[in-house]
Amino acid sequence: MTDAVMTDVQTPDQMRRDRAAHASDAVRRSLKKRYAAEARFRAYGIGAVGLALACIVILFSTIISSGLPAFTQSAITLNVELKQDVIDPEGTRDKSTLINANYRKLVFDTLLAEFPDVTSRRDKRALTAILSSGAAYQIQQMVTADPSLIGQTLELSLPVAADFDLYNKGVITKETDESDRRVSNQQMAWFDTLKERGIIESEFNTTFFTNADSREPELAGILGAAMGSLFTMLVTLALSFPIGVCAAVYLEEFAPKNRLTQIIEVNINNLAAVPSIVFGLLGLAVFINFFGLPRSAPLVGGMVLALMTLPTIIIASRAALKAVPPSIREAALGLGASRMQVVTHHVLPLAMPGILTGTIIGMAQALGETAPLLMIGMVAFIVDIPGSITDPATVLPVQVYLWADSPERAFVARTSAAIMVLLTFLIFMNALAVLLRKKFERRW
Amino acid sequence: MGEIDMSNSVQVTAPVASADAARETKFHTRGVQVFYGEKQALFDVDLDIYENEVTALIGPSGCGKSTYLRTLNRMNDTIDICRVKGKIELDGTDIYSDKIDVVHLRARVGMVFQKPNPFPKSIYENIAYGPRIHGIATSKEDIDQIVEESLTKASLWEEVKDRLEEPGTGLSGGQQQRLCIARAIAVQPEVILMDEPCSALDPIATARIEELIDELRDNFTIVIVTHSMQQAARVSQRTAFFHLGDLVEVGETGKIFTTPRDQRTQDYITGRFG
Repeated sequence: MTDAVMTDVQTPDQMRRDRAAHASDAVRRSLKKRYAAEARFRAYGIGAVGLALACIVILFSTIISSGLPAFTQSAITLNVELKQDVIDPEGTRDKSTLINANYRKLVFDTLLAEFPDVTSRRDKRALTAILSSGAAYQIQQMVTADPSLIGQTLELSLPVAADFDLYNKGVITKETDESDRRVSNQQMAWFDTLKERGIIESEFNTTFFTNADSREPELAGILGAAMGSLFTMLVTLALSFPIGVCAAVYLEEFAPKNRLTQIIEVNINNLAAVPSIVFGLLGLAVFINFFGLPRSAPLVGGMVLALMTLPTIIIASRAALKAVPPSIREAALGLGASRMQVVTHHVLPLAMPGILTGTIIGMAQALGETAPLLMIGMVAFIVDIPGSITDPATVLPVQVYLWADSPERAFVARTSAAIMVLLTFLIFMNALAVLLRKKFERRW
Repeated sequence: MGEIDMSNSVQVTAPVASADAARETKFHTRGVQVFYGEKQALFDVDLDIYENEVTALIGPSGCGKSTYLRTLNRMNDTIDICRVKGKIELDGTDIYSDKIDVVHLRARVGMVFQKPNPFPKSIYENIAYGPRIHGIATSKEDIDQIVEESLTKASLWEEVKDRLEEPGTGLSGGQQQRLCIARAIAVQPEVILMDEPCSALDPIATARIEELIDELRDNFTIVIVTHSMQQAARVSQRTAFFHLGDLVEVGETGKIFTTPRDQRTQDYITGRFG
């Protein structure tokens, strides 16, 4: 090249050297610029990552700090005498008698005995408000389970009403004007007295993990919603994974490439972008109104979410199938494998990690979905823990929404706690995705 | 164009027929045309491939030699827009007739590809896969035997016999290609098609594969596409020269490289193009 230039233009050596020096100067200058741009870009990148991390830290710290109080619950320890004449005066041990007995009177009397000077009806009522309505329920459960307890005196740890629990935790304070808080000065004094006597203590809130929803914050738990979410996710997975993978395999490996399959492909991509509430409306119209499936059931919720998840799974699976090198297909075909054998023996196993990742992403989306479930009645107030996919249920994000909507102050902490449970679910699912991917991934 | 083809086929078939009268024709192809959509990739190819011989297909890139090779085991079927016309007979049976099961055809006509493409499984599984899906062997002993035989024939046994459970993709390029040849042998095909089997390999690995091809000739009919004229000269008994979708010339390898009849063949083998 240089030879040709030299012979053509007759460039003297000097000029050539000058030009070379000039060129290397220019390169050096442009290099400087390039390095600066690179450094700048790296700084932007670090800034962006830092910002994202900061947001996550703020998010998590607010959720955790406001949610942590929900994990403890104040309890009062009382020696309750299970009086025969209150529970079962005739001694029949009849089941309905045991269920309908006045257990409230038993616990109230026990608490009132702690303050013999409280005599007026109004004061008595104010004093017994310290106890949760769950206290009587707890005794009822114990007695119906084991009637032989009647007549004995038991030392019981009973839940304190949510407002007093908040006072115990320092959320409600004496500084607030008395008329602005739900706990009066008198009640605070009684509570303080009980505390001095050492019978109020703060314990781990097991109720939160073993109960379903309740109107009383101290009795409300997440288990109902968690089970609802679990059943819903099972239905979603059972429907969307096989259908999605089959659709992806057919479209990617078998379908002819013509206008029809193109239209299908465009529509799948569009479906992935449809607002989720539309799927809820569809579920309401088709599954509930047309097919008459039960309302508020994880079955219908799972079906709706499966519809919503399908496009995600199909798109991810197709991408994973596309990523399998064609040489593997050729190798198998060349050996005389049928197309089905090529897919099941070679392509699908190689695409499995990608398919699973897509599925878990879809499932995680579905787990956090609220809007479509509102349409099919999973927003109902349900106090029973669902035992099957046709029982009325709610799900974790809807539970968060319900509690966030509740006026009781104690639900604030429970809302955050429910979010923490939801996030834990998500983390478990993602960990599962990583594990499955590791398991299926071929290291060669 | 048609005239040249005519004269070619007349000239070509005469000497070969006399020289190889005793040899069986394995593939008998007449007027093979291949279209990719609107584009025609092969024009009226008439070519016979004889049993237990190595036939080399040479020619510049895009001349249709790989396309022709892929018509022989219907690998072109996997390409949606590809259409094949003409007569292609294997042992006297038209392989494009409806009665032919393509799976069975490919068990009879094996293929080795340009890039070594072992399955991402163990060496053992790579070999065992074919016999297993075709039901050639079902018991563990039979499969073990096929694996050993195939690897031995592909002169790979000594190198891998102690690590059959290791991934096939962990071998070197040349070993991988020999593994692919062993995999093709394992289903006991009659013909092995090789699509530039050495283009991704270094000279030493290439030499080994060429040796192997020569040994395999006793048991198999081999059709090899190659870019390297030296390779064609070294391994093949007959050579077919393709140019722009035409079969220009076919004949004994020695003759093609010493006294080509067509000017284009002359130009190609002397390195004037390609």
